[in-house]
Amino acid sequence: MRITTTVNGTQHEVDDVWAGESLLYVLRERMGLPGSKNACEQGECGSCTVYLDGEPVCACLVAAGQAIGREVTTVEGLATEGELHPVQQAFVEAGAVQCGFCTPGLLVAAHDLIERVPDPSDLEIREALAGNLCRCTGYEKILDAVRLAASRQAQA
Amino acid sequence: MSTDVGTRTTTTPAGRIGDSALRPDGTLKVTGEFAYASDLWHDDMVWGVTLRSPHPHARIRGIDITEALTVPGVTAVLTADDVPGENAVGLEHADQPVLASEFVRYEGEPVALVAADHPETARRAAARIRVDYEVLPAVTDPLRAMDEDAPPVHRPGNLVRHLQLRRGDPSVTAPVVVSLDFEVGMQDQAFLGPESGLAVPAEDGGVDLYVATQWLHVDQRQMCLALGMPSEKVRLHLAGVGGAFGGREDLSVHVHACLLALRTGRPVKMSYGREESFFGHVHRHPAWLTYEFGAERDGTLVYARARTVLDGGAYASSTAAVVGNAGTLGLGPYRIPNVAVDAYGVFTNNPPCGAMRGFGCVQAAFAHEALMDELADVVGVDRIAIRQLNGMREGDRNITGQVIDSAAPVAELLQIVSDLPLPAEREDEPDLRSLPGAVGNTTHGEGVVRGIGYAVTYKNVGFSEGFDDYSTARVRLEMTGGEAVATVHTAAAEVGQGLITVEQQICRTELGVERVVVHPKNTAVGSGGSTSASRQTYVTGGAVKAACEAVRAVVLERAALSLGREVAGLRLDGEKIVGGSGEVLAGLADVLGEDAVEETVEYRHRPTHAIDPETGQGDAHVQFAFSAHRAVVDVDVELGLVKVVALDTAQDVGKAINPDAVVGQIHGGSAQGMGLALMEEVVVTDGHVRNPSFTDYLIPTILDMPPMQVKVLEYADPHAPYGVRGVGEPPTISSGPAVAAAVRAACGRALRRVPIRPEHITGT
Repeated sequence: MRITTTVNGTQHEVDDVWAGESLLYVLRERMGLPGSKNACEQGECGSCTVYLDGEPVCACLVAAGQAIGREVTTVEGLATEGELHPVQQAFVEAGAVQCGFCTPGLLVAAHDLIERVPDPSDLEIREALAGNLCRCTGYEKILDAVRLAASRQAQA
Repeated sequence: MSTDVGTRTTTTPAGRIGDSALRPDGTLKVTGEFAYASDLWHDDMVWGVTLRSPHPHARIRGIDITEALTVPGVTAVLTADDVPGENAVGLEHADQPVLASEFVRYEGEPVALVAADHPETARRAAARIRVDYEVLPAVTDPLRAMDEDAPPVHRPGNLVRHLQLRRGDPSVTAPVVVSLDFEVGMQDQAFLGPESGLAVPAEDGGVDLYVATQWLHVDQRQMCLALGMPSEKVRLHLAGVGGAFGGREDLSVHVHACLLALRTGRPVKMSYGREESFFGHVHRHPAWLTYEFGAERDGTLVYARARTVLDGGAYASSTAAVVGNAGTLGLGPYRIPNVAVDAYGVFTNNPPCGAMRGFGCVQAAFAHEALMDELADVVGVDRIAIRQLNGMREGDRNITGQVIDSAAPVAELLQIVSDLPLPAEREDEPDLRSLPGAVGNTTHGEGVVRGIGYAVTYKNVGFSEGFDDYSTARVRLEMTGGEAVATVHTAAAEVGQGLITVEQQICRTELGVERVVVHPKNTAVGSGGSTSASRQTYVTGGAVKAACEAVRAVVLERAALSLGREVAGLRLDGEKIVGGSGEVLAGLADVLGEDAVEETVEYRHRPTHAIDPETGQGDAHVQFAFSAHRAVVDVDVELGLVKVVALDTAQDVGKAINPDAVVGQIHGGSAQGMGLALMEEVVVTDGHVRNPSFTDYLIPTILDMPPMQVKVLEYADPHAPYGVRGVGEPPTISSGPAVAAAVRAACGRALRRVPIRPEHITGT
């Protein structure tokens, strides 16, 4: 199967894709974009969260064929021209990254939250990120990072 | 800057010890560029998969790989016959086959390997391997496994270790006696980055393995024996590690990927899915604990007796050392004059258990803290006060007779957590998301009762009982492009905790340079020891400090020679040689010229000693770290649902090399302890794991975690570099018992098992 998909603004075309492959597998193993992570590959951990036509989805639950002709944005697409997005910068500064395996998915989920809700309450942050597991941080500094990113976004 | 395939590191802005320097890999981790083990890729690589036993115990009568070999795309199918060296690996005892030959002893034991051009091809081929099993009865009850007539999982029998500890008069009596039986379920480390590695065959006939692990050199030792190769030909490189928590101490893909690579002559990638990961690493030992305290009427402890059984599962792994902790530290940070402890680790046909954060102290703490609350209630003393009354102080001897020769602030830590502000009372019309059951809309506050619980712990730091526990560091100082650059090379695994940040901070502090490059971690330098036992900042930190000192001594000697001065008055700071009154005498560039100064140092902490086999007495540990927690919970006592409202803690860290990272460790450790108290259990029935997925094995989400207040004390340990005290484990030990105590307080039930389930709370 041939998959033609726009990822982070660039059109990718890959051949010989087995029909059972997920969007996550194709991103990671065929397009050279391993930023989206494979912590569970069963839609429970959120580490593979990407935008599909602007909607956050678990890339492991999307068949690669479903992405044909659509637009995907991954963690690799959040920074622009070498500048980290405020959400990325805040994760670094707030100490929200330890092992970092949950980070790509959390960044996309937090990016989506701040786009929708510019000044989220703590309960709104917790609800929005409830589908993203982290095993290192206990989430405290992730909350700090999202608060910091939201406040900077509001000032910008 | 290095760009090794496994790990890439860059440098950060200035940050010396005591600063909250940012991680050097932080930017790579937020842009998706950081290369974790499962991200690795190589031209011409094939994928390896593992065929595992479906039975907890069976004899292998035969394996037929013929059909699997016919699957197009398959490049190799291997069984035990293809292991060139010893078909036996293991952390402490080499008792586990690389691939099962005669018997399988647990569900999930590796039996065969397949390499193919696509992971799905390899999986389908593996499904076509015919293994002829004769299913045997499985030993799955660890208490019965100890019976003399129980069938042995291994010869000669099922006892991995019995630790016997006697102190004072074990038969003494006391006016007040309390006792309990406690059970702790099997916890999983649930690191998010699955076990993965890339093995690349080399032209010299050897192999390079890029892998996520906690200790490259202990892996290498086992791999050399299994592969029948010398260490020069088995080279390990640390790939990006997505968390560890003890679950990467034992081998996973290591030998398997190398066998396939050496057979096919092609690079081989192996990466477990989440289900396989539950079978691919050891878990925390489930435990059965019987505890008794005898006390004076005022609550002062007179004696303690404990019997602990840990289910080690099918292979030894680190069970003996876990028993060591469960025995020597199993009564908590209390002064107890008369003690009798028996701790056992046993073999069964259950999943192998081994290291997980807290290592034997976690299980014990649930029992001694529940019993301490009970004693407090029986004698009518406040639960904090009774801990302060009995808490260890500096200079006390613990139950192995070892003097606690640095700070032991048990009373102070408890005072701090009890003085922290409590969360606000529940509102009259609370937001559903703040209630037990949350948006499940199970309550609007009716039936919800608040409870508060406390717990305190202490944990050994570093390896114990006479283990030669050392780390190696190589530090190089040179001028590059007009700037002084230090390069620090250790094999100590960065698993997310921030060791690489600490290594940079120490180099900056000791050498007075800004730019520090962290060399990729590999076996080209001596062992860094294990990233476990909360030991790396202490031991590898100590090695980096010592290597820097050695480099500095060489530089200052050169400077003294060229300046015609005594070495004694010279310092190195800001790329300058500075005299006794701060005057700049020379630039570092003038002293170094084109040369690089490089020194490699092994650092050892003070020796520890084996304990007496009859009495369990001895100086078994090098350092102790203390923490206390206070948990506040809301419990829906009608439905058995729990919302943790606050989880506050205080911990003595000796010296916070990186305060933000210290707090991050305490947050994350607290979450894992809470998880065990309320939700995390690998459910095993008849030797079968029932919930190997994140759908059914629950770890705390951001909705489950409460806000945490963290207070950090810094009572320097005079024996440790910079006074540091290990940080990572104590919070995992004291948080769970505090949560359990809070739930008990809310629902009024004894709750003698964790994780606490709804039916335990409701009694239905």
